[in-house]
Amino acid sequence: MRQPISIGSWPVWRQLTAADPFGRAAAVRSSHSASLEARTATADRVVKSICPYCAVGCAQNVYVRDERVVQIEGDPDSPVSRGRLCPKGAATLQLTTDSGRLEKVLYRPPHAREWRELDLDTAMDMIADRVIRTRRDTWEWEYDGLQVNRTMGIASLGGATLDNEENYLIKKLFTGLGVVQVENQARVCHSSTVIGLGTSFGRGGATTFMQDLQHSDCIIIEGSNFAEAHPVGFQWVMEAKARGATVIHVDPRFTRTSALADLHVPIRAGADIAFLGGIINKVLTEEKDFREYVLAYTNASTIVGEQFRDTEDLDGLFSGFDADVHQYDETSWQYEGTQVATSSGDRDVAYERRLAARRQVNPAGRGEKFGSGTAALDGDPRQDPTLRDPRCVYQILKRHFSRYTPEMVERVTGIPQDVFDQVCRHLIEASGPERTSAFVYAVGWTQHTDGSQFIRAASILQLLLGNIGRPGGGIQALRGHASIQGSTDIPTLFNLLPGYIPMPHAHRQGDFDDFIDGDAARKGFWSNLRAYMASMLKAWWGPVAQPENGFCFDYLPRITGSHSAYDTTLEQLKGTCKGYFLLGENPAVGSANARMQRLGMAKLDWLVVRDFSLIESATWWKDGPEIESGELSTEQIGTEVFFMPAAAHTEKSGSFTNTNRMLQWHHQAVEPAGDQRSELWFTYHLGRIIRAKLAGSTDPMDRPILDLTWDYPTEGRTGEPMAEAVLAEINGWDGDGRPLSNYNELRDDGSTTCGVWIYCGVYADGINQSARRKPGQEQNWIGAEWSWAWPANRRVLYNRASARPDGQPWSERKRLVWWDEQAGRWTGHDVPDFEPTKRPDYQPPEGAEGVAALRGTDAFIMQADGLGWLYVPTGVLDGPLPTHYEPQDSPVRNPLYGQQRNPARLLRPHPENRYQPSGSEPGAEIFPYVVTTYRLTEHFTAGAMTRNNPYLAELQPEFFCEVSPELATERGLEHAGWATIVTARNAIEARVLVTSRMAPLRVDGRVIHQIGLPFHWGPNGYSRGDAANELSAISLDPNSHIQEVKAFSADIRPGRRPRGSSRPAMVRDYQRRAGITERTGTEV
Amino acid sequence: MTFDLREAAGTGTDPATAGGYRDHPERVGFFTDTSVCIGCKACEVACKEWNAVPEDGLLFTGMSYDNSVGLGADTWRHVAFIEQPRQLGRQETYLAPTELPGDLKQAAAGRTPVSLGMPASAPPDGAVGAVREMDFRWLMSSDVCKHCTHAACLDVCPTGSLFRTEFGTVVVQEDICNGCGYCVPACPFGVIDKRPSDGRVWKCTMCYDRLSVGQEPACAKSCPTDSIQFGELEELRERAGRRVLALQAAGVGSARLYGADPDDGVGGAGAFFLLLDEPEVYGLPPDPVVTTRDLPAMWRRVGVAAAGLLIGLIAVAMPVGGRRTGGHR
Amino acid sequence: MSRTGTATGGALTDVRLDDAPDLPAERDAVVGSAGRKNRRQRGERLMVPKADFRSYYGLPVLNQPTWEAPDIGGYLFLGGLAGASSTLAAAAEFTGRPKLARALKAGAATAITGSLYNLVHDLGRPERFINMLRVVKVTSPMSIGSWLLAGYAPMAIVAAGTEVTGRFTMVGRLATVGAALLGPGIASYTAALISNTAVPAWHEGHREMPLLFVGSAAASAGGLGLLVTPCAEAGPARRAALLGAVTELAMTRRLEQRLGPLAEPMQQDTGGALIRAGKAFTATAVLTLALAGRNRKATVLAGAALLAGSLCTRLGIFHAGLASAKDPKYTVGPQRERLDARGTRAVVPT
Ligand SMILES: Nc1nc2c(c(=O)[nH]1)N[C@H]1C(S)=C(S)[C@@H](COP(=O)(O)OP(=O)(O)OC[C@H]3O[C@@H](n4cnc5c(=O)[nH]c(N)nc54)[C@H](O)[C@@H]3O)O[C@H]1N2
Ligand SMILES: Nc1nc2c(c(=O)[nH]1)N[C@H]1C(S)=C(S)[C@@H](COP(=O)(O)OP(=O)(O)OC[C@H]3O[C@@H](n4cnc5c(=O)[nH]c(N)nc54)[C@H](O)[C@@H]3O)O[C@H]1N2
Ligand code: SF4
Ligand code: SF4
Ligand code: SF4
Ligand code: SF4
Ligand code: SF4
Ligand SMILES: [Mo]
Repeated sequence: MRQPISIGSWPVWRQLTAADPFGRAAAVRSSHSASLEARTATADRVVKSICPYCAVGCAQNVYVRDERVVQIEGDPDSPVSRGRLCPKGAATLQLTTDSGRLEKVLYRPPHAREWRELDLDTAMDMIADRVIRTRRDTWEWEYDGLQVNRTMGIASLGGATLDNEENYLIKKLFTGLGVVQVENQARVCHSSTVIGLGTSFGRGGATTFMQDLQHSDCIIIEGSNFAEAHPVGFQWVMEAKARGATVIHVDPRFTRTSALADLHVPIRAGADIAFLGGIINKVLTEEKDFREYVLAYTNASTIVGEQFRDTEDLDGLFSGFDADVHQYDETSWQYEGTQVATSSGDRDVAYERRLAARRQVNPAGRGEKFGSGTAALDGDPRQDPTLRDPRCVYQILKRHFSRYTPEMVERVTGIPQDVFDQVCRHLIEASGPERTSAFVYAVGWTQHTDGSQFIRAASILQLLLGNIGRPGGGIQALRGHASIQGSTDIPTLFNLLPGYIPMPHAHRQGDFDDFIDGDAARKGFWSNLRAYMASMLKAWWGPVAQPENGFCFDYLPRITGSHSAYDTTLEQLKGTCKGYFLLGENPAVGSANARMQRLGMAKLDWLVVRDFSLIESATWWKDGPEIESGELSTEQIGTEVFFMPAAAHTEKSGSFTNTNRMLQWHHQAVEPAGDQRSELWFTYHLGRIIRAKLAGSTDPMDRPILDLTWDYPTEGRTGEPMAEAVLAEINGWDGDGRPLSNYNELRDDGSTTCGVWIYCGVYADGINQSARRKPGQEQNWIGAEWSWAWPANRRVLYNRASARPDGQPWSERKRLVWWDEQAGRWTGHDVPDFEPTKRPDYQPPEGAEGVAALRGTDAFIMQADGLGWLYVPTGVLDGPLPTHYEPQDSPVRNPLYGQQRNPARLLRPHPENRYQPSGSEPGAEIFPYVVTTYRLTEHFTAGAMTRNNPYLAELQPEFFCEVSPELATERGLEHAGWATIVTARNAIEARVLVTSRMAPLRVDGRVIHQIGLPFHWGPNGYSRGDAANELSAISLDPNSHIQEVKAFSADIRPGRRPRGSSRPAMVRDYQRRAGITERTGTEV
Repeated sequence: MTFDLREAAGTGTDPATAGGYRDHPERVGFFTDTSVCIGCKACEVACKEWNAVPEDGLLFTGMSYDNSVGLGADTWRHVAFIEQPRQLGRQETYLAPTELPGDLKQAAAGRTPVSLGMPASAPPDGAVGAVREMDFRWLMSSDVCKHCTHAACLDVCPTGSLFRTEFGTVVVQEDICNGCGYCVPACPFGVIDKRPSDGRVWKCTMCYDRLSVGQEPACAKSCPTDSIQFGELEELRERAGRRVLALQAAGVGSARLYGADPDDGVGGAGAFFLLLDEPEVYGLPPDPVVTTRDLPAMWRRVGVAAAGLLIGLIAVAMPVGGRRTGGHR
Repeated sequence: MSRTGTATGGALTDVRLDDAPDLPAERDAVVGSAGRKNRRQRGERLMVPKADFRSYYGLPVLNQPTWEAPDIGGYLFLGGLAGASSTLAAAAEFTGRPKLARALKAGAATAITGSLYNLVHDLGRPERFINMLRVVKVTSPMSIGSWLLAGYAPMAIVAAGTEVTGRFTMVGRLATVGAALLGPGIASYTAALISNTAVPAWHEGHREMPLLFVGSAAASAGGLGLLVTPCAEAGPARRAALLGAVTELAMTRRLEQRLGPLAEPMQQDTGGALIRAGKAFTATAVLTLALAGRNRKATVLAGAALLAGSLCTRLGIFHAGLASAKDPKYTVGPQRERLDARGTRAVVPT
C-alpha cells in the first residue's frame, strides 16, 4: 500500500512527462498493479490431479504455495478435457479449501440431542469395537442349511467418489470380515449398464471413448443430458458437429443439450424401448442392417430352441414365466443344441427361485458378472447364414419388433411419425461401411424397472447397423462419479468380486473347482477364470492361499440372494443390519424413497458417516424431515453416530477410473487438516486395529480376517498407507515379485498374484501407468500414452469389428485396426482387441477350448461364442429381448401388450413404500402426471459437493420443478411461485419454473404432462430444499436392482406443502383417495 | 480547452500506444461465440475462483436458468438464458403436440395466464392464446466487460484507478479506487458496479495478473466448447468475420457480430460477441456510445454557461436605470 | 444397402485426418445445420404473443448509479449555490453592498463545506478522497471538478472567514476574487458531471444541462441573498434571482421538449414530482418578486421559494436520471431509433 513519496510517482507528474497526457494508462498505473503476480506463476509446485466430480475425468493442475492449495484449474495436456473444466470442476478450489468441510470427528451417543467432539484415535477404537461386537453377535455360519460364513449385521455404502485403491481395500477388508452387504453408487447409477452392455458384447463398460465421438456421422443422445451432466466431454460432440455430424437429442425435456442439437425429440419418460424398438423394426423390415457385419459378428444366424415363445405369442410375456414368484425360467430361451441346466449362474437362479417361493430371498442380480465376461454356453448351436430359418435370431427379432410400427411408436412415446422417420433416416444414412453413428446414454436409460433392457435395445440396434467396435460408432455410456467405473470394476458391490468375478453363492457347498466349473465359459477369454480367481485370492490371503485349500475360497462369505443397497435398507428396518458405514454416499437424499433410508438408519445400533460435510445422512436424527413432522423424535433414536471428516482428492494419492475405463492417477498436493483422513487411511487402520484386537483369536470366524494380507507401507504425519503399494497389488506380480504387464500372464497354479485381473498391466514394469501424462497434443486422438485404460489399454472395445472379416478396414475413412499380412499381426491406431497374431481366417480345430476356440472373426472375445448378442439366451432375467413395459407407476395403459409392467421387476412392498395404481386402474387419475428426475450442470448428485459451495449454490439456489405453460395453466401454478408434488410416498415443495422447454405429449390419444425435478436438494447445507427422492419408490430392475427414478406418476398443486404432521396426513389422504393398499401395483 | 477525445484514444491506433506504452504486447480480447455456448457457467465460476469474487446471493429468479441476473461488482461473467419461440438455423425441436386438445384449451380459457417471464414472450394482459407454429430455441450467452476502445468508465474515473493496461484492456486498480462511483453510470453496458461491503468498484480485469505471465484468462480457459475465445483482437475479429458468414451460410440467418466494429460508438469492444438475436434481447445496448464522445460539446456549453454566469452576476450588480446612490437608507 | 450417399449433409468425418498436421484450426460447430431446409411447422402451444419491446426480462441495461440522492442531489444544489454566491458576493462587494457580500460569502462557505461533506460522504472509501488529486483528467468532469474545488473551497472559506473575523483583509480580498472567478465553474461543471454518463435522461440533456444548472445556481444564490439581506442591498440578488429563475424555467422546459419520450422520467414519479415542485416554487418566486418586489416579507418568501425550487429541480433531475436508467426502454428505445435511422440494423431474425 505504501507508495514511495517522490514527485515522479505522482501520476500528474507522469502525465506531463510520459506520453499519456490524458492520464488513462501508463501514467496512472499503481504500485499494486505493478506488483501483481498470478498465483499460478508463483506457486511452489504444480501437482497433477483429476477432477473429483464426474466421470469425464478432466485433468487438473493443483497449485500449491506454502503447503496450501491456492488454485485448481484444467490441465491442457489432457487429451480428454484439453484443459477445460465445467463449473463444478472450476469450483474445486472452493470444494476442497473453503466449503463447509469439517475438520473434527463428531460423535452422537445414543438418544443424545447434540453432537460432541471425539478424539480421532478414540473414535477409531470405538468403531473397531463395534465392528467386532456386531460381527460376533450376528455371525452366520449357515443360512437355510447352507454354509455362508458371514455377518448380515454390518453393511457399507459408497465408493464411487473414492479411489480405486480405496475401493479395493474396502472390499478386501469387509469381505475378510464376512460382510457381504458392501455396496456403492454403481447400484443406483449404472448397474443396468453392466447387464445391458455386458450380455450384448462381453464387457459392461462404454464401448468407446469420448474423444472418438468426433468421428461420428450421427450422434444420438438419448437418456443422457450430455451437455449438462458431462459438459467437458460434450466438446467432442461439438467437434463432430463441426465436421458435419448430425446431433439428435431424445429427451422428455428440452435441455442445454437439446439447445445445441440439430433435432430435439421430446419423448415420454420410460418409453424408450418402444422408440428404439421402432427403429429396430424399421431397420429389419426395410433391410437396412449392415448385413455383412451382422452375419460375421453377431448371433443373428444362431438358431433358438423350439420351446421359445415370444411376447408376440404370450401378450407381453416370454415363455418360462412363473407367475407365483414373478420370475422367468430361462430354459426355453436357449439356442438349439445348448443346455442351460449345468450352468452355475442358472443353478443360482433355480436356487433363488426356490427360496423366493418361500419368500425368503430376492434374486441376486447375477447379470453384473457380465461386466467383463459372458454366460457359459455348453454345446455348439446351429446357425443359418441365410437368416431365413424362422427360428434364427434374425427372424425372431423381426417378429418380436414387428409390432413396433411408427404408429405404435407414436402411441407409446408421443413422438409423431414424421419425427420418428426423420430420426431413422439420419441414423440409417449415417451407418454402414463409410459412416458410423454413436449412441450416447446415461441414467435416463438405466434407472427404470427394465433399465437393462433399454441398453439392450440400443445394443441390438448398434449391432444391426454395424456400429460397434468402429471409430465414431459405439455406445457411449456416460457414467456418473469420478470413479464409479472403478467402483464397479473393483468393486464395492455385494454380488461381485474384483473384475466381475461373481461372489460365491451359498447354495453350493462346493469348492473352488465347482465355482470355476460353474461360471467359466468354455470358449473365449472368460475361460481363464480360474487363473483370474486364483490370483485374486492370492492377493488377499497370500501365503495361506494354496491350491490345496482352494486358495482360501472358503474364506469368502457367501451370498444367498440379493443384498443390494435397497435390501440393506429393508434389513435395517427389520433390525437385522445393525451397523452401517457410509463411505461417501448420501442415501438420505440420493436413494429412492429417501424417507425409508432414514427410517432404516433410525433402527441401527451404530452408523459411521465419512464425508466432507454434515450431509443429510449424518444429521437426520437431529433435523431430518421426520423430526419436523414429529414421526420420529431425537431422544427416542438409539443410533450411535460417528462423523469422520474425509480427505479430499487433493489430499491423497490414488486413481480414478473415468467413464471410458481409463485409470487416471491424482497425486497428493497437501496434507489433510485436523482429523481429515482418506478412506485408504480409514480402511487400513480400521483393519489394523481390528486385527490387533483379534490377534490370537482361535475362533475360526476370525481366520479370514487374521490371514488377510494387510501390510501396506505408510507415510507422512498421519500414517497414510501408500496408494501405489495398493495399486501394485491390484496389478499383481509373478512368483518372483515382478509386476505383471498383462492378464494373459496370470496363472491358475498360485504362482501369480493379482488383485483385479482386468487392471493387470496398470503397474506394468513397476511403473504407475495410470500416472502417464504424455500431452494429448503430442499424440493421435487415441492418446494411448495418457494414463491407462482397461482392458490392456484399449480405447475402442471390440475394435476387431472395425475391419471386415478378412481383416481389412470396412472403408478407408473408418480405419481403426486391421490385419497386417506382412507382419502377420493386427495393427492400427488402437490396441487391437484381439489376439495380436491370430489370423483373420483362423478356424479353431475340432474340440478347441478357451481362447483357442475363438475364430479369426470372433470380434467379441469375451463372449462364449465370440459374437455380439442380438438375442441373449441367458443372463438377462426379464427376457432375451427388450420389450416395452410401462414404468411401475404410470398414468398410461401399455398400448403394446396386455402386460402392463415388467413382469419380472423387483418390488419391495412396505408401508413406507406404497405403489400407485397405473394406466386404467381406478385411482390412477389421482396421480395423472409423469415425473422425471435429473441433474443440473451446476449441482452434483445428492448435493453435498455443490450445495455447500457458494459459487455453485448461487447459480441454482433453490429446488424447482419444470412444467409446461399448459400444465401450469391446468393446475394454476404460478411462475416462480411454489408447487407441492405428491406421490403415495411423500409430498414435497418446489419453486415453479414454467417453460416451453417442457412440452405436453400426445400419448395414445391423451395429453400427458411431464414434470421435471432436479434431484440435488436436501434440507442441509447452504442452498437447501426438499429432496425429489422423497417421492420415488423402491421398484427395481430385476437384473441390476437399480431403482426407477426416471419415470413415475404424481400429482402437482399450487402452493407450499403442509408442515409438521399435516404432511404425512396429506400423503395418507392421497393414498386413501387412490384406494392404495399393500397390494396396489404388485400384481404381475 | 480543446482536445479530441477520439484522437486521444486513438481511433484506428492501438489504445495501449495511445496510452503511452512503448513495446507493448498486441491488444488482446475475447470473441464470445454464443452459438456454441452450452450455458454451463464454468466461466462464471472460474472467474470467481480466480479472482476470489464474493458470492452474489441466493436468488431464484425464474429467469430460465439465469440466477445471477447480470454483471455487477460480484459477477464479472454472466451467462444469459433466453427461451424464445423462434427457430435456430435449421434446428428442429418438435416442442408442440400436433394439436392442442380442446379440453386443455378450454381449461386454459378459464384461468389467468401464466407469466413465462421470458424476454420475448412476456405475458399479455388478459389472455392466454394458443399459438400455431411453435418454434423454439434456447439462447445462452456469456457476457463480460467489453474492454472498450473508448472506455467511458476509464475516461470518467477521477483518480486514475481505472486504467488501460499494456494489453489494451481496462482494469480497476483496487489500491486507488475511492469508490466515487462515477464509472458506474458511465458504462453504457452496465458492467462495472460498486460492492457495498467494500466501497470500491469491481469488474472483469481480463485477468490482468494472468496475462502478465502469459496465461489465458480463467474464464476462457475453462470454457468447454470454446464459446469464449481469447486471443489477439485483430485475429479474433477476422475469425469472427469468417464465422458469422459460415453460420449464415448454414441457415443461421440471425447470426451477427456485436462490438466487433472499430467504428462503433465505443470504438469497438475488446470483448465482442457473436449473437443470434438483437443485442437488447441479451440485455445489451443496441448502439452504445461512449459518453465522453459528447464531452467536448459539454465542456463548451459548460464554459459558455460559466462565462454567462460570471458575466450575468457581475451585470446584475452593476448600476441599472441610472446612477445608484450610496445606499437606500 | 447403399448408404454411402451424402444425405446427412456436411463433410464426412474421417478418422485418418486426426493424425494429419493440416487439421483445420477452426472447426466450429454449426448448430442446427442438419435439420430440414423446408420443414413443416407443427402444432400449437399455449403461448403468449411476442411483446413489442424487447429486453432481457425487463431488466435495466445499465447499472444503477450508486450515488445517494441526498448526497449527490444535494451536492449539485449546494455546489451551485456556493459557486454563484461567491461570484455574486464579489460583485456585491465591489459595488458596495457589504451586507449582501458578507451574507453570500458566508453562504458560499457553508454551502461548499456542506457539499464537500456530501461528496466525501458518498465515497465508498472516504479515506481515499485525496486520490482525487492523483491525476488531472479532462475527460472526467469529476476530476476537473475536484481540482476546481481544491482551488475554490479554500478561497471561499478564507473569503468568508476574513469577512466574518475582519482580519487579513488583503488575503480576504484575493480570496473573494478567486472564489468569484472559480464560482461559475463550480456552479456549472456539475452539469457536465452528470451528463457525462450513460444515464439516458442526463446524457441526452447535456445541451441544456449547463445553462439549466447555472440558472438554477443563480436563482438559488439570488434567493439566498434575498433571504438574508435587507431590501436595500438586495437589488443584485433580486435581479440575479429573476435572471436565474427564468433561465432555469426556460431550460427545464426546453429540455423536456427536446428529450421527447425520454422526458417521461422527468414528468413521472419522484423525479416528475420534484421537477414540478421545483417549477412551482421558482415560478411562484418569480411572480412574487415581480408583483411585490420590495416587500420584505414577500422577498424573504421568494428567496426561500427560490432555494427550494432550485433544490427540487436538482433533486428532480437526479431522480429522473435514476428512473431513466432503471427502465431499459429509455436505453434501448433511443438507440434502436438511432440504428434504424442509420439503416444499419443487422440481419433481422424472423
Ligand atoms: N452437473 C452434473 N453432472 C453430473 C452429475 C451431476 O449430478 N451433476 N452426476 C453424475 C452422475 S452420478 C451421473 S450417473 C451422470 C448422469 O448423467 P445423465 O444421465 O445425463 O443425467 P440425468 O440428468 O439424470 O438424466 C439425463 C436425462 O435423461 C432424461 N430422461 C429422464 N427420463 C428419461 C427417459 O425415460 N428416457 C429418456 N430418453 N430420457 C430420460 C432427463 O430429462 C435428463 O435430461 O451425470 C454425472 N454428471
Ligand atoms: N431421483 C433421482 N435419484 C437419483 C438419481 C436420479 O437421477 N434421480 N441418480 C442416482 C445416481 S446416478 C447416483 S450416482 C446417486 C448419487 O447419490 P449419492 O452418491 O448419494 O450422492 P453424492 O452427493 O454424490 O454422495 C457422495 C458423497 O460423497 C462425498 N465424498 C466425496 N468425495 C469423498 C471422499 O473422498 N471421501 C468420502 N468419504 N466422501 C466423499 C460427497 O461429499 C458426497 O456427500 O443418486 C442416485 N439418485
Ligand atoms: S465435473 Fe466432470 S466435466 Fe466437470 S470438470 Fe469435473 S470431470 Fe470435467
Ligand atoms: S464495458 Fe463498461 S466497464 Fe467495461 S470497459 Fe467499457 S465502459 Fe468500462
Ligand atoms: S469508483 Fe473508483 S474506479 Fe470508479 S470512477 Fe471512482 S475512483 Fe474510479
Ligand atoms: S477475464 Fe478474468 S476477470 Fe474477466 S471475466 Fe474472465 S476470468 Fe473474470
Ligand atoms: S461461455 Fe463457455 S463456459 Fe461460459 S457458459 Fe458458455 S459454454 Fe459455459
Ligand atoms: Mo450416477
